[in-house]
Amino acid sequence: MSNYIKLIALGLITLVAMIGINYARDTAYMVHAIIVMLVAGGLFLHTVRRTDEPAMAGAPQNEYFDSVVRAGVIATAFWGVVGFLVGTFIAFQLAFPQLNFDWLHGYGNFGRLRPLHTSAVIFAFGGNALIATSFFVVQRTSAARLWGGNLAWFVFWGYQLFIVLAATGYLLGATQSKEYAEPEWHVDLWLTIVWVAYLAVFLGTLIKRKEPHIYVANWFYLAFIITVAMLHVVNNLSIPVSFWGSRSIQLFSGVQDAMTQWWYGHNAVGFFLTAGFLGMMYYFVPKQAERPVYSYKLSIIHFWALIFLYIWAGPHHLHYTALPDWASTLGMVFSIVLWMPSWGGMINGLMTLSGAWDKLRTDPVIRMMVISIGFYGMSTFEGPMMSIRAVNSLSHYTDWTIGHVHSGALGWNGMITFGALYYLVPVLWKRERLYSLQLVSWHFWLATIGIVLYAASMWVTGIMEGLMWREVDANGFLVNSFADTVAAKFPMYVVRGLGGVLFLTGSIIMCYNLWMTVKRSPAKEASLAAAVPAE
Amino acid sequence: MSKVPEKLKGDPETTGHSWDGIEEFNNPLPRWWLWTFYITIVWAILYTIAYPAWPMISRATPGILGWSTRADIAEEIAAAEEANAAINTKLASVELASIAEDAGLSTYGVSAGAAVFRTWCAQCHGSGAAGAVGYPNLLDDDWLWGGDIEAIHATIAHGIRNEEDADARYSEMPAFGRDELLEPAQIDEVVNFVMSLSGEPADASRVEAGAVVFEENCAACHMEDGTGDREQGAPNLTDAIWLYGGDYDSLVETVTQSRFGVMPSWTTRLSEAEIRAVATYVHQLGGGE
Repeated sequence: MSNYIKLIALGLITLVAMIGINYARDTAYMVHAIIVMLVAGGLFLHTVRRTDEPAMAGAPQNEYFDSVVRAGVIATAFWGVVGFLVGTFIAFQLAFPQLNFDWLHGYGNFGRLRPLHTSAVIFAFGGNALIATSFFVVQRTSAARLWGGNLAWFVFWGYQLFIVLAATGYLLGATQSKEYAEPEWHVDLWLTIVWVAYLAVFLGTLIKRKEPHIYVANWFYLAFIITVAMLHVVNNLSIPVSFWGSRSIQLFSGVQDAMTQWWYGHNAVGFFLTAGFLGMMYYFVPKQAERPVYSYKLSIIHFWALIFLYIWAGPHHLHYTALPDWASTLGMVFSIVLWMPSWGGMINGLMTLSGAWDKLRTDPVIRMMVISIGFYGMSTFEGPMMSIRAVNSLSHYTDWTIGHVHSGALGWNGMITFGALYYLVPVLWKRERLYSLQLVSWHFWLATIGIVLYAASMWVTGIMEGLMWREVDANGFLVNSFADTVAAKFPMYVVRGLGGVLFLTGSIIMCYNLWMTVKRSPAKEASLAAAVPAE
Repeated sequence: MSKVPEKLKGDPETTGHSWDGIEEFNNPLPRWWLWTFYITIVWAILYTIAYPAWPMISRATPGILGWSTRADIAEEIAAAEEANAAINTKLASVELASIAEDAGLSTYGVSAGAAVFRTWCAQCHGSGAAGAVGYPNLLDDDWLWGGDIEAIHATIAHGIRNEEDADARYSEMPAFGRDELLEPAQIDEVVNFVMSLSGEPADASRVEAGAVVFEENCAACHMEDGTGDREQGAPNLTDAIWLYGGDYDSLVETVTQSRFGVMPSWTTRLSEAEIRAVATYVHQLGGGE
């Protein structure tokens, strides 16, 4: 019966997509309609072939649902390399504008590729890492199989479809010009559906957990899922110009729109890149270190303080703009109060290693996690500092901001994800150990040096251009033209690109290592590997 | 899987829960962390009392310091304007030609003009004023509309071929090819002739025919000898300095389609003192007359 409903729905979607191809008002919408038609049509045929066949034996319900996590691990590694590659390329486009090739104009120039890079690393790499690890962690710490059966697969594939729609949209020029929220209305609606399904799977699993208490990692994951849903819906409120086109008009205008955008943008950092990844940290660090978490009290206090304070900090992105002074003051003040709650996570992560510091020498995976927590601490100090109006008047609009973001993204989000992947692959594919710890070490050093080159060069150019912009002579006249500051940044732009090359190389080594772990590492004995959700 | 971690000597109590083998110590909050947190909260409260912060029903609290970004910037601008007020008045009122003779005034004009130039002019003429294709080089002594301080001042004040200023400099070269005033063969000939004017290699057989075409169609503005006419902004064609390129293809394009370079009027955007400053700056770059 359910198959017939599914067939009707898929058939309708295919039909509407076909009509969409015909009536499409722009190329991006047409390409999206083609993709949707192919996916829905393919699923339709697949369902038809299985209808009225005897039902296959379902997966055993007494095991963890790990196949979707395995797919998530592969997707994370794949999108990571794609995102780093695009990032490295656009870094060189900035250093050498000739790389904006004529034949790529309109598709592959910096303006089109930049959102492709940011979305690929944040949403494709980071998002897949969060979905995969949250599915893994919530099952283990709840001692329960994922709720909702194949809904978890819907979340995974639905999210990949969102990524493909967003990426093709950027290249073809469908953007609502909101940073980190570029996809147009039809793609936003699809992500909303996927995200609600994600919340249902996660919450359903928590509700049917067999542990008496909810583990701290799950608090962070849940805060991340719920808040991102709210941010996404409010920031993307818009009215489509036509049902058959990708253009839409924002509901808010002027400074209200800017404020909504940065309320979203800052909390995408706060809840996607901080809270979600803290959830990852709270599971994988104690697991890899084989030590208890440092302080339960600290985790409670810093969790609630963090999620209460983060949501107010957005206005610090709009200092010295049309935003009223009072809003800017509040944004700055909440950012500074946020400093200690952010550091609570760093303390809990680092101090968990007390009694296991010797593992830093022998285990490069732990080393990766420790440096990621170090970068987390650094960025969460730098952020509040940059939110101070006086500092911001120097740093705003300069490369300092880019350096800050990347010390957090490459250092904290990247490294903790690599650590989690190195932990997960042997467990998920039931291998005794990683293929090569030496290659992990190589990855660690390449990535670390890459980040240092990136962040240091951006600090130098950022502060330099900030100072050059405000440099005045004795009569109060500006000394430098804007083009002078651009020319002065050139050597540092090359250094930044080289940092990207190192980071990318490290991630490719990781992919090789993980691949060989699955292919070559000896299998773990079955008795040890049997994962049982029941108590 | 659920390996219970080994306990070390001196480990504190745990909370007693275990998730997948992960336990939690019952450590207190680090004191330095807690006190720093308290200090930031106290500081936040004091700061929001001092500065505009809390939204009320009709407006936000203004803060007891009475500070605002707008007042702040207005104060800075007023201070800068006041410091330069006397010299700006002088710069705007003296005879243009006398600026160069007054050392103090011309030094001020050059540094003020350089700042104006970097902000408003560098986008087209380059931050070093060397120009680009279609945008004249201001470092050399080749002037389309005149290179003395009065002519430069008039060009900057009103611009060229814009629609916003009735006093803008204006002239228009006919599109000889597009409007079918000349045959393609004639364009080919006249281009060869023009190339020969500045000593570029040209086809001698066509130069002669080109000279006739030139005299009948071009000499009225560019003069018989091709040295141009500043009254009409008609370029000198004999000096091998080209605004849109002096190669054969560029010249054919110019003669066929004509060119129509536009410069905005600055009287509405800059003060008289600023216009005079930037004129002083451009005049002393190397080619001022």
